[in-house]
Amino acid sequence: MVTNITNFGRSGLADWLIQRVTAVIMLAYTLFLLGFFLMNGDLDFVTWKLLFQGTAMRIFSLLALLSIAAHAWIGLWTVATDYIKPTGLRVAFHLVVILALFAYVVWGVQVLWGA
Amino acid sequence: MLQVSVYRYNPETDKKPYMQDFEIDTKGKDIMVLDVLHLVKEKDNGMSYRRSCREGVCGSDGLNMNGKNGLACITPVSEVVKNNKLIIRPLPGLPVIRDLVVDMTLFYKQYERIKPFLINDTPEPAIERLQSPEEREKLDGLYECILCACCSTACPSFWWNPDKFVGPSGLLQAYRFLIDSRDTATKERLAELDDPFSVFRCHGIMNCVAVCPKGLNPTRAIGNIRSMLLNNAT
Repeated sequence: MVTNITNFGRSGLADWLIQRVTAVIMLAYTLFLLGFFLMNGDLDFVTWKLLFQGTAMRIFSLLALLSIAAHAWIGLWTVATDYIKPTGLRVAFHLVVILALFAYVVWGVQVLWGA
Repeated sequence: MLQVSVYRYNPETDKKPYMQDFEIDTKGKDIMVLDVLHLVKEKDNGMSYRRSCREGVCGSDGLNMNGKNGLACITPVSEVVKNNKLIIRPLPGLPVIRDLVVDMTLFYKQYERIKPFLINDTPEPAIERLQSPEEREKLDGLYECILCACCSTACPSFWWNPDKFVGPSGLLQAYRFLIDSRDTATKERLAELDDPFSVFRCHGIMNCVAVCPKGLNPTRAIGNIRSMLLNNAT
């Protein structure tokens, strides 16, 4: 058993499952948006704004945003533990990634509910 | 004449490793790579490599031949040689002791870690612990591993974290005991593997399957361990 304190889900199994579930959510969101663009070839600002005013769309968007954050945390954590061997440097990298993801989530909430 | 390039390194005299070229006369026969190494040794007695049974059973002569890991004794020259050139290197990722001989300590440590022996705390029966033919069948494709390290040293996840990731060979053996109907330590074994490195550093690129000289499938065994972990979790 290897002790870990900076990974997302506290266990390898949790990380693995979260990464797969979030991947499916991101795929669903991407396909939905692609479908929306195809259905609305002459997309204007009013239609776009109406789409994001619905609560369901806001929930879906926030879910996709949180999925990106969790997925990126786990993925970049894995890459960093593979390639960055000095502990100080690696923890600093983890910190930068986590802070950036946190900022994206807050920023995303502001965008979704700020309109 | 076959052009053979061999990795040479003697830490007592060489500052760094180098490749040495030999011209080997195979007499037109499709000999094994191990035979080529014998012919090289006839030319340079100091060239070191491991070998023992010379028939793919002992697992001593795992080497990197033209970029692919395998057992030199059961790999015909025709299978690996392109443009009449054979490049022989030690197994990648492990410290080199000398020439083609690598230090397998980390590989064996990971093997030791998964407790490669039957654990059963119930009273011993008078004769033996019986298995049904179906239960025994589950060990096929697992018990045949000869620990040659061809798979683990072909795995980038093992290269980067050989101290934390068990590696394909160790995990194949871990599953061999997890699935054994006579073993009673399944929960304890699984608990030892539930971290982000031991099992989950496997990304399923299947290098292990591509190189296993015994035709085994560690990736499938790792997938089965994942399913067992998932079924055991809440």
